[in-house]
Amino acid sequence: MKWVRNKLDQARKPFEPGQKFEKFAPAINAFDTFLYTPNHTTKKGAHIRDVVDLKRTMITVVFALIPALLFGMWNTGAQYLYQDLGLANVTDVPFWDAFIEGAILVTPLIIVSYVVGLTIEFIFAIYRGHEVNEGYLVTGLLIPMIFPVDIPLWMLAISVAFAVLIGKEAFGGTGMNILNPALTARAFAFFAYPLYMSGNAIWVHQGATDSISGETILGTLAQGKSVAYSFFDAAAGFIPGSVSETSTIAVLLGAAILILTKVGSWRIILSGFAGAAVMGLIFNAFGLNALMQFDWYMHLVVGGLAFGLVFMATDPVSAAQTMKGKWIYGFLCGFFGVMIRVFNPAYPEGIMLAILLMNVFAPTIDHYVIQGNVSKRKKRLAKAKAQLQTA
Amino acid sequence: MSKDIRVKKGLDLKLKGEADKNIVAAPQSSIYAIKPADFHAMVPKLLLKEGAIVKAGEPIFYSKYDEKVKFAAPVSGSITEILRGAKRRILEVRISPNTSNEAVHHENMDLATASADQVRDLLLESGCWPFIIQRPYSVIANSGDTPKSIFISAYATAPLAGDPEVYLADKMGDFQAGITALSKLTSGKVHLSVGKGSSLQGVENAEVHTVTGPHPAGNVGVQIHKLDPINMGERVWTVGPEDVATIGHLFLTGEFKPERTVALVGTDAKESDRKYYNTIVGAQVNSIIGTVDTDHTRIISGDVLTGDRLSNDQFLNYYHNTLTLIPEGNEYAFFGWMPFTRNNVPSNAGTSFSKLLGGKRTVDTNLNGEERALVVTGEMEEMLPMDIYPLQLIKACMAGNIEQMENLGIYEVAPEDFALIDFTNTSKLEAQEVIRLGLDLMITEVG
Repeated sequence: MKWVRNKLDQARKPFEPGQKFEKFAPAINAFDTFLYTPNHTTKKGAHIRDVVDLKRTMITVVFALIPALLFGMWNTGAQYLYQDLGLANVTDVPFWDAFIEGAILVTPLIIVSYVVGLTIEFIFAIYRGHEVNEGYLVTGLLIPMIFPVDIPLWMLAISVAFAVLIGKEAFGGTGMNILNPALTARAFAFFAYPLYMSGNAIWVHQGATDSISGETILGTLAQGKSVAYSFFDAAAGFIPGSVSETSTIAVLLGAAILILTKVGSWRIILSGFAGAAVMGLIFNAFGLNALMQFDWYMHLVVGGLAFGLVFMATDPVSAAQTMKGKWIYGFLCGFFGVMIRVFNPAYPEGIMLAILLMNVFAPTIDHYVIQGNVSKRKKRLAKAKAQLQTA
Repeated sequence: MSKDIRVKKGLDLKLKGEADKNIVAAPQSSIYAIKPADFHAMVPKLLLKEGAIVKAGEPIFYSKYDEKVKFAAPVSGSITEILRGAKRRILEVRISPNTSNEAVHHENMDLATASADQVRDLLLESGCWPFIIQRPYSVIANSGDTPKSIFISAYATAPLAGDPEVYLADKMGDFQAGITALSKLTSGKVHLSVGKGSSLQGVENAEVHTVTGPHPAGNVGVQIHKLDPINMGERVWTVGPEDVATIGHLFLTGEFKPERTVALVGTDAKESDRKYYNTIVGAQVNSIIGTVDTDHTRIISGDVLTGDRLSNDQFLNYYHNTLTLIPEGNEYAFFGWMPFTRNNVPSNAGTSFSKLLGGKRTVDTNLNGEERALVVTGEMEEMLPMDIYPLQLIKACMAGNIEQMENLGIYEVAPEDFALIDFTNTSKLEAQEVIRLGLDLMITEVG
């Protein structure tokens, strides 16, 4: 591996301070530090440091996304092929046929998302003179996973650009954004290109043609029809939907990775599901229409709820930052997610809007949690003063 | 009544390179130095010039803003050099020892009858006062203050830190006298925290607390927080265990004899050399370790989390009981960021098997990544066993928002309490530095 290092050292030379391409150092650094953890030593503060860094953390999230992504590729292919071939069941499609078909459909979305997003990230890193942050590794994979498969690539590109520019860089870059960038991309596309982002014809490849139908469970319910899928179908993910969010089981596999590695907050995930279940139970108790009668446990497995709670709500930058705050924030994400889903079924992915809403309120939640700590300290001071006066 | 302190949060870093619990006399240092930088926020005013002959215990400079606080020569000898830096700031006052061993002799004082003012005056006059550190701000105490309590932690939890049980073993009489002297100065109590089964349990004139739990349980700041937290406007003092013995020695014999027992630790120190060395405050490090290759070895006065980086010809920090030698980590690691690789580096993260595997580790000074924006939340709270929001406090310090810093508990913390946050945080944020700057801002704005 020595020659790789030597080659890199050589390639770096024009980017060193005082050299021709000094300004573009963040670009070469990004490649270099991808291959090698740098030889930097501690200059101040603690002399030894933990092995963890942001790259490791972000890559772990990418790994956690892989079960859902692979399942999503298979499901995208299978949902299309079983209707195209006229088979009785989704699971009748030969495995590799489905997977390869799906991979061919999904891969361009991933490439476009990464190329557009990373280009903007690199430009901003060079412009601002800081290193390229790893956050986009996750965002760039999340975005294609929550889009319908037939979205035109240029729409995806514009959504990505909007999310990175307005959702993130406008606030100062990674760590400063208020809204989750991936959800910002989806929300933008949803309002800018509603024909391609909602309705009941878009969730399966070529769903607009006569031979293929692609209604989601929630779309069916909104029209008052009965649902043709069982709890198991929905949990396993053999249903139409955005690319990679249909399988609750694959998502929970990712959740297990996030929780075991302490990268994702189990508090947010757990309280999120609890919030969704509570709201579902409340609606079941009233049961005024088909959507309200939809069993609470079904709410947990259909649509993007699980995906949203596990991968979007846990984004540490846009979530609540205090422990207590995370419980409240997660609960309300699930609670409002189901509420939006039931009250306004025209919006697919109610959970998306719920999480964006809670992103906005997360600082408020934190403020009140912290204020509790502050007032405890103030009370202690008042008590000490009173004691001093009586003494 | 004593309260036991149980700490749950934090992290015990188990490192290779412990010192053998043997105390040996260090060879005499050819030169000693008092460094004003060891006394944070203190501006020195010199009393003597280069070339002057001093006795041990003779004042060599005093604090510009608190003229009663004097700093004494640790040994008898001549002032060979006053090293100055930018803007003529004094960096070191170097004393080369002579063989006369003359010392300033103060009047003996009977501690049973001595008044608080007598004790205070002797501490100030003798040069023992700088051992007394004040919280908030972690600076030398004001000579006129009366603290609400005094805290002494004789329980070292920092990685490889010198163990007070070892270096106090021969100084129990001095230590007891020091505690008695200090107890005169506070309106409250002297609190002494010790580990389980400590030989210091029987100390009188102090409330003895047993501390259990991982680092930073031994940090005096954590103990203060658990027993008697500092409110705005209050003053609490802390004194290091060996410094208490030095104070006691002053009252028993009338002499200022600032002994320093230093544990030589770390994997880059030879195993046969790793023991406790008895020397004097301000000794040159090469008197203990000889000359080491500083390209490959880092010399740290103090522990690996909070210590000062030194070169061969520099001097021990005034307060430190530990001298650590660890390898420099200026090497690349191929795909070093890959989760669950490099498990030999100690880690608190879930993306490494380090914690599961356990065992003692060799550490180096590699940063293991690069500085990044603050992204991950919840990890700092695990490292700070106080009812304080560390991330929010750090941000308030960065913003210089004094009201918010007060609200979030800046008076209760010192940089050392954030050392583990330095170590564990994903973004490689320099938390100790941020807190130090925050405290400095408080000193200038609030005082």
